[in-house]
Amino acid sequence: MTDFERRSVISGIGQSAIGRRLYRTGLDLTIEAALRAIADAGLTTDDIDGIATYPGSGGIGEAFSGPGTPEVQDALRLKVNWHTGGLEGAAQLAAVINAVMAVGAGLARHVLVYRTVTEASAQGDGGRQGIGAPSGGGSGKAPKMGGSFQWSIPMRAYSAANWLALVANRHFHEFGTTAEQMAMIPINARRNAGLNPQAVYRDPMTLDDYFAARMITTPFRLFDCDAPVDGSTAVVVSVAEHASNVDHPVARVEAVGTALRGRPSWDQFDDGTSMAARDAGAHLWSRTDLTPADVDIAELYDGFSFLTMTWLEALGFCGKGESGPFIEGGRRIALDGELPLNTHGGQLSAGRLHGFGFIHEACLQLRGAAGERQVRSNVEVAAVANGGGPIAGAMLLTREG
Amino acid sequence: MSDQPFRVLPALDDTNRFFWTSGEDGQLRFLRCQDCGYYLHPPLPRCPECGGRDLTPDAVSGRGEVYSVTINHQSWDGGTEPYAIVLVTFPEQEGLRLTSNVIGCQSDDVHIGMPVQVAFEQRDDVWFPLFEPAAS
Repeated sequence: MTDFERRSVISGIGQSAIGRRLYRTGLDLTIEAALRAIADAGLTTDDIDGIATYPGSGGIGEAFSGPGTPEVQDALRLKVNWHTGGLEGAAQLAAVINAVMAVGAGLARHVLVYRTVTEASAQGDGGRQGIGAPSGGGSGKAPKMGGSFQWSIPMRAYSAANWLALVANRHFHEFGTTAEQMAMIPINARRNAGLNPQAVYRDPMTLDDYFAARMITTPFRLFDCDAPVDGSTAVVVSVAEHASNVDHPVARVEAVGTALRGRPSWDQFDDGTSMAARDAGAHLWSRTDLTPADVDIAELYDGFSFLTMTWLEALGFCGKGESGPFIEGGRRIALDGELPLNTHGGQLSAGRLHGFGFIHEACLQLRGAAGERQVRSNVEVAAVANGGGPIAGAMLLTREG
Repeated sequence: MSDQPFRVLPALDDTNRFFWTSGEDGQLRFLRCQDCGYYLHPPLPRCPECGGRDLTPDAVSGRGEVYSVTINHQSWDGGTEPYAIVLVTFPEQEGLRLTSNVIGCQSDDVHIGMPVQVAFEQRDDVWFPLFEPAAS
């Protein structure tokens, strides 16, 4: 097989400052991350001939979207042969996968890919907002809701927390999954974040701390929900030959999972306990000779703790419905366990960099440069997953060099 | 009105008006393919099962079962009382589901497998299809 994936590597990575309320613009943070990633790839801005982001400009709030590719192209005076952005596709990873396709197709040799959020500053001192909820709580007016949101928001299901909680509770019901098991995702994340100087929440968390936090929507408590931050993550996707020009090991792209076979809807998806991760996970393994047993570390999206559990099942690290027992006690997923999971602290503790924190961490671990949290055993293969619910994307990376 | 929570209203148009006003006569309706009998939800211009174009809103019994439930505690809309968000399934078609609320009982009493019956709540020109406990 000469699948397009193996024609590219992630040659450089970079992050801006990351924090709860930096009050810097998205463009400022993006430039910082991009220049670091380009330098890390052994390149200059003159070498970048492609640019991609998720989702970029286009009518969604800028705090969520980050700057669009035209702004970044202009700010860095890039001369690109190819550029793209957008909300659709295999979750946040779609931007990276698009870049891999562009390199594989010969449209570009070095693509700058970034994801930028300023959601913490946008939230300010207020609470987290629901979608379409009235301004000022019940005292305000809310616009009438059309499109797909009309099937959830008018039923006071304002947030992905609510929509996913229905999936989680069905999983609990069918498979006997427990809150104590699910708690291992945030507790493991916090344990790893304690070794990550960039993480926003680093104080140790016990099971009692987890249960003492307030309920958001059953079974999700506060620490099952990720933490909004400001920050930008950038990677450079390069032609595979560039690996030998870089002074560190790089991540070769082994396979991607982009499939969507069920109905892309929170309430109409045929499998009400796994959703779209099922399709992206199965697709990933259809594009490689590697198997789940070959994976050394897993960096699996945790916008909500339960999403990581669906990914563990969807990627075949355990059987369908078995993620609860798989993570029970937390030993197996610890840094020295058989499948180190979300080694930087995930979005639950390192902050909601919205998918890209996972790919950044996978690259760091593959090159053995993750500092105190570096997994000690040889990291050759990393699984990365983004999204969950009705959109999902996955990627398998291997060490090169 | 005072005991009813805030609700965002759906924006009515020619594709969804039948659904959101269906409760005016106490009936819950879904768009249904008259060729193969498939219920389309959300509404579509063509039956995805058989390609049929003869699509008409048809009433269902309004009886269903709680497929999943979450008790929301977060105050998204100014409300402070926990409330039950449910996925309801219907005997008329496997996989046909609605996101809704169960009213008329303590939210903590709502459970998966609970039989429910549609109960409409009217605001302006909209009848929200909510559900209340039903005898099994």
